[in-house]
Amino acid sequence: MSKNSKAVWHWKIVKRALWDSVLKLNPRKMMGNPVMFVVEIGSLVTTALLFKHGGAIKFNLQITLWLWFTVLFANFAEAMAEGRGKAQADTLRKARSETVANLLEPDGNVEPIPSSKLKAGDLVVVSAGEFIPSDGEIIEGVASVDESAITGESAAVIREAGGDRSAVTGGTRVLSDEIKVRITSNPGETFLDRMIALVEGAERQKTPNEIALNILLAGLTIVFLLAVVTLQPFAIYSGSPQTIFVLVSLLVCLIPTTIGGLLSAIGIAGMDRLIQHNVLAMSGRAVEAAGDVNTLLLDKTGTITLGNRQASRFIVAPGVTEKELADAAQLSSLADETPEGRSIVVLAKEKYGLRGRELGSHEAVFVPFSANTRMSGVDLNGFQIRKGAAESIAAFVSQNGSKFPSEVRSTVEEVARSGGTPLVVAEKSRGALGVIELKDIVKGGIRDRFNQLRAMGIRTVMITGDNPLTAAAIAREAGVDDFLAQATPKDKMDLIRREQADGKLVAMTGDGTNDAPALAQADVGVAMNTGTQTAKEAGNMVDLDSNPTKLIEVVEIGKQLLMTRGSLTTFSIANDVAKYFAIIPAMFAGTFPVLNALNIMHLQTPQSAILSAVIFNALIIIALIPLALRGVKYRPMGAATLLRNNLAIYGFGGVLIPFIGIKFIDMIITRIGLA
Amino acid sequence: MTANGWFQILLFFGLVLLVTKPLGKFITRVFSRERTLLDPVLRPLERLIYRLSWVDENHEMGWKEYCISMLLFSAISMLVLYGLERLQGFLPLNPQKFGAVNSPALAFNTAASFTTNTNWQNYAGETTMSYVTQMAGLAYHNFMSAAVGIVLAIAFIRGIARRQMKTIGNFWVDLVRCNLWVLLPVCMVGALVLVSQGVVQNLKPYDTAKLIEPIQVPRVGTDGKPILDAQGKQAMDTVTEQVIAQGPVASQEIIKEFGTNGGGFFNANSSHPFENPTPLSNMLELVAIFSLGSALTYTLGQMTGSQRHGWAVWAAMAILFFSGVAVAYWAEARGNTLLAGTDQKGSLTQPGGNMEGKEVRFGIANSALWATVTTDTSCGAINSWHDSFTPIGGLVPLANVMLSEVVFGGVGSGMYGMLVYIVIAVFIAGLMVGRTPEYLGKKIEAYDVKMAMLVVLVFPLVILVFSAISAAFNFGTSSILNPGPHGLSEILYSFTSQAGNNGSAFAGLTTNTPWYNIAGAMTMLIGRFLMIIPVLAIAGNLAEKKYVPPSLGTFPVTTPLFTVLLIGVILIIGALTFFPGLSLGPILEHLLMMAGKAF
Repeated sequence: MSKNSKAVWHWKIVKRALWDSVLKLNPRKMMGNPVMFVVEIGSLVTTALLFKHGGAIKFNLQITLWLWFTVLFANFAEAMAEGRGKAQADTLRKARSETVANLLEPDGNVEPIPSSKLKAGDLVVVSAGEFIPSDGEIIEGVASVDESAITGESAAVIREAGGDRSAVTGGTRVLSDEIKVRITSNPGETFLDRMIALVEGAERQKTPNEIALNILLAGLTIVFLLAVVTLQPFAIYSGSPQTIFVLVSLLVCLIPTTIGGLLSAIGIAGMDRLIQHNVLAMSGRAVEAAGDVNTLLLDKTGTITLGNRQASRFIVAPGVTEKELADAAQLSSLADETPEGRSIVVLAKEKYGLRGRELGSHEAVFVPFSANTRMSGVDLNGFQIRKGAAESIAAFVSQNGSKFPSEVRSTVEEVARSGGTPLVVAEKSRGALGVIELKDIVKGGIRDRFNQLRAMGIRTVMITGDNPLTAAAIAREAGVDDFLAQATPKDKMDLIRREQADGKLVAMTGDGTNDAPALAQADVGVAMNTGTQTAKEAGNMVDLDSNPTKLIEVVEIGKQLLMTRGSLTTFSIANDVAKYFAIIPAMFAGTFPVLNALNIMHLQTPQSAILSAVIFNALIIIALIPLALRGVKYRPMGAATLLRNNLAIYGFGGVLIPFIGIKFIDMIITRIGLA
Repeated sequence: MTANGWFQILLFFGLVLLVTKPLGKFITRVFSRERTLLDPVLRPLERLIYRLSWVDENHEMGWKEYCISMLLFSAISMLVLYGLERLQGFLPLNPQKFGAVNSPALAFNTAASFTTNTNWQNYAGETTMSYVTQMAGLAYHNFMSAAVGIVLAIAFIRGIARRQMKTIGNFWVDLVRCNLWVLLPVCMVGALVLVSQGVVQNLKPYDTAKLIEPIQVPRVGTDGKPILDAQGKQAMDTVTEQVIAQGPVASQEIIKEFGTNGGGFFNANSSHPFENPTPLSNMLELVAIFSLGSALTYTLGQMTGSQRHGWAVWAAMAILFFSGVAVAYWAEARGNTLLAGTDQKGSLTQPGGNMEGKEVRFGIANSALWATVTTDTSCGAINSWHDSFTPIGGLVPLANVMLSEVVFGGVGSGMYGMLVYIVIAVFIAGLMVGRTPEYLGKKIEAYDVKMAMLVVLVFPLVILVFSAISAAFNFGTSSILNPGPHGLSEILYSFTSQAGNNGSAFAGLTTNTPWYNIAGAMTMLIGRFLMIIPVLAIAGNLAEKKYVPPSLGTFPVTTPLFTVLLIGVILIIGALTFFPGLSLGPILEHLLMMAGKAF
């Protein structure tokens, strides 16, 4: 999926949306939106009356047209929101296009069949250059896979049998090697199929808050319907009966058309914003829940710290120089391909200018890490250099007749206390040389993010397999609120349950199969796309980029969605004040000129006043489409400040803007002679 | 406006503030069944009542059972009152030998009126009701309808405070405790204080007094038309005696105010010297009207564990009260601009302002204050004629009732009405901070919004529909005594007052007609009970919910900002609903008066 379609007004989307907004006039489709349905009925009534008897035809015709525009604009907003998703769905459909699968028969023969015939449980073979025909799990082999069709990320990823990186997605392409895949989805139920349905909004169901808001809007609509319908008898009593055109205009201006017209667009756009961030939400409910999250469970590795621990310091034993220690440490790590090992080589080079040496097997014998000795190292020119955990090295040293210095022991303890991992380096004859401090590197800026989250009232809990001492130190450095050390999947699950019992909503990320129960239990479970199929099915969101930090953005998008709805509702209702001051005096000033005192905008004529209000009411929908699609601006801050700001902008702004807008439109239409 | 006038208004409000905390605390104790000083006397009595009425005081009710109990109780009480009215001729304590209340429609209207705490009166008390009807019928309802209102508010508050529970209390226990602990003790003391001011309390037949100066009055027939003498001129009668009505007034007067009922013993209500003889009695009655509504905000804070929220709600009410009283006082003190050249300034020798329909012993300030207080609440007692107020002065009571009486409000009903507004305010505001809205730890979801909107809908539904019918048909308009926009105000006021269970009348509208009796009774019943059902549904639903602990991300309901937001929501919903109607009624009338045309 492309990441570059950020612009709201994309011509292709606009063109399709224009046509869709007409198709959406179908009353059966409009029924789902009570507010706009009332406007459509109103438009139908005025249209019918238009042909029945003329009257003030110029005025009546304009009113009728603008009423239709109001409906169309609302439809257009929805169509625009859907448009981007539809465009993306088209791209995805291309990826789903018919491919040939090499079905592996039980007798070992390979038979090419259309990918659409594949069922769950089938085995297929996919070689370099071929598309993976359907979702599945690698059971044999390792391959680099181009997943750009789904993630938009062009760099290839490695997928291999066994472990947590075994899942492959239909529609992605194998770049190298050959893999054997067991298909896990039936036709029509693949990830791609679901993704298409999601981005298209075909499965879109109203979310809980959206339903509640719809009820509020429907209720207000009925209130205004009552106010307008009963106004006619009062008007007749007062000797000033009104035409249907005027009454319908008043009704349409009063009912919350602004939010009513934009509501579904806001919901669709919210989902779409997630998709722009390469996160697929399986339901709108999940997006809303993200806004409500109280507690974030974040895995330490990859989210809070950079993937792996890195060497940060060499601390010498008595009588050893730092350079000696660095040299020994580097030598012992040359063959160590783990990220930690590499970081030791790098640190020695950076700090002491020691170049990594190419050592041939004839002069050096590398001793790989074994679970038995719990050490690794090198035998070189008669020296035996070893590095490993303090206990193992202590054993090694005493075996060789040296004493393990108490200074080194206290250094080890100190490093552990400060959250690092101590590795002791020793040489057979010299004994312990010193300690390498391996540290988790906390991601830059993560502390600020957590501060922001705290300001939003969200608690962060770091999940780690480390011991409590190490965990506490990292937690302190990263600024998380709490941590769960030596966490087992069961601990994680218990933590989630405990938080939920307190009424809190919990969000977490996960990728492994053992994360699945917790992902399912959490209110927002974001599975990594690199994760196993089980994990992806257990969560209610999938992050295509497999970036656990994105959980924070997911929360923000959820909040932004609700805020946009609330703000535009406030704006819509606040608008009514000005419309009353435009329409009511216009309705009755003919009979009671004193009522012109209420015409505080000094609108030119009763016709121009009513028309201006109706035009404003229609145009404001168009004007707010970009806001509805983008969402209101969100900055992390406490609820009290947020409410004050939004009330000032959308509440007071909502009262003021229509006064200005209606006056302006009134000036224009009287100038050009429309009223 | 005078400094003295404002001083009295502030003194009044100071007294209200003074009773808020102790009374609110006491109410919490009573309904939480904690020990109080009155227990040694009242506990045995309470147990006796439960034993006689087979009430299990430890039984807890869900909202539906609570609601059905309340409806049954109200229905039976209403039937009893109807029966009393129709049968009073055969019953004792009827020194004036009144027959049955003369039309079934009127008896029905009155029964509905007192059951719903409205106390709309299409009859004159002293010429219609026997003492037994007044005491066992009307005063009984004054206590019971007030208690029903209070216990519903308590049930709602319990709904907010309770967590994952299916019950909201026991209606019968709440009802009994409310009467025994709260209403009766205060009224016993209060009645005696009123007697000290000259309010009568007896069961004697009416007195007659010889007029010092006999007066001539035109003779009218039973149909209200003038009767002509043999020469074709208006026949006149000479009146030499005045009948002075008596009765058990004080006992009924105090609960009329304390329970925000408002139904006067006499037709002239609290402007009658036997109901409200002195400025002091006036002040005490005013404080009685506001005290329970104000105290319940404290109870709200206490029972939900957020005292600051209670005060935030109180502040919203206080601001709305002061806005109303300031406008009403200003409008009335300014007088009638059409009477140019007349000295309408207040001074030591004259009250000044618009004194038409006002009692000299109360003057402008206390009349405007009374009109505001009785319409902020659902009291509906009057000490001056609202019909004679200036258009803007009269707009204040009307607007107060249209905001559905949540400014301290009817006892209990003001609180639960306010809680419904809070639900809506919290819902909109909650969305604006990017969370599913929460109110004191309870999520506000579709069901709650639906029920809250039902409550909001009931009000315009009955007021606007019945008013529109009245304005459109002859059976409605023929009752109007003043033409033009004033007539429309009268109709709107009448239905608004009845829907809001206020009961004060603008007057100027003959409402003892079949249409107004029946439509009015329906308005009152719908305005009370159709609202209560969704209110209890919200309470029940909230009680079942989990508690969500507040965080920085939760929108706080304890701040001035919340107070402002709540006021905004109340004003906008009220104004948007009724602005069109008002603009053709009092607003138009005011503008016409400024242009020199009065009605």
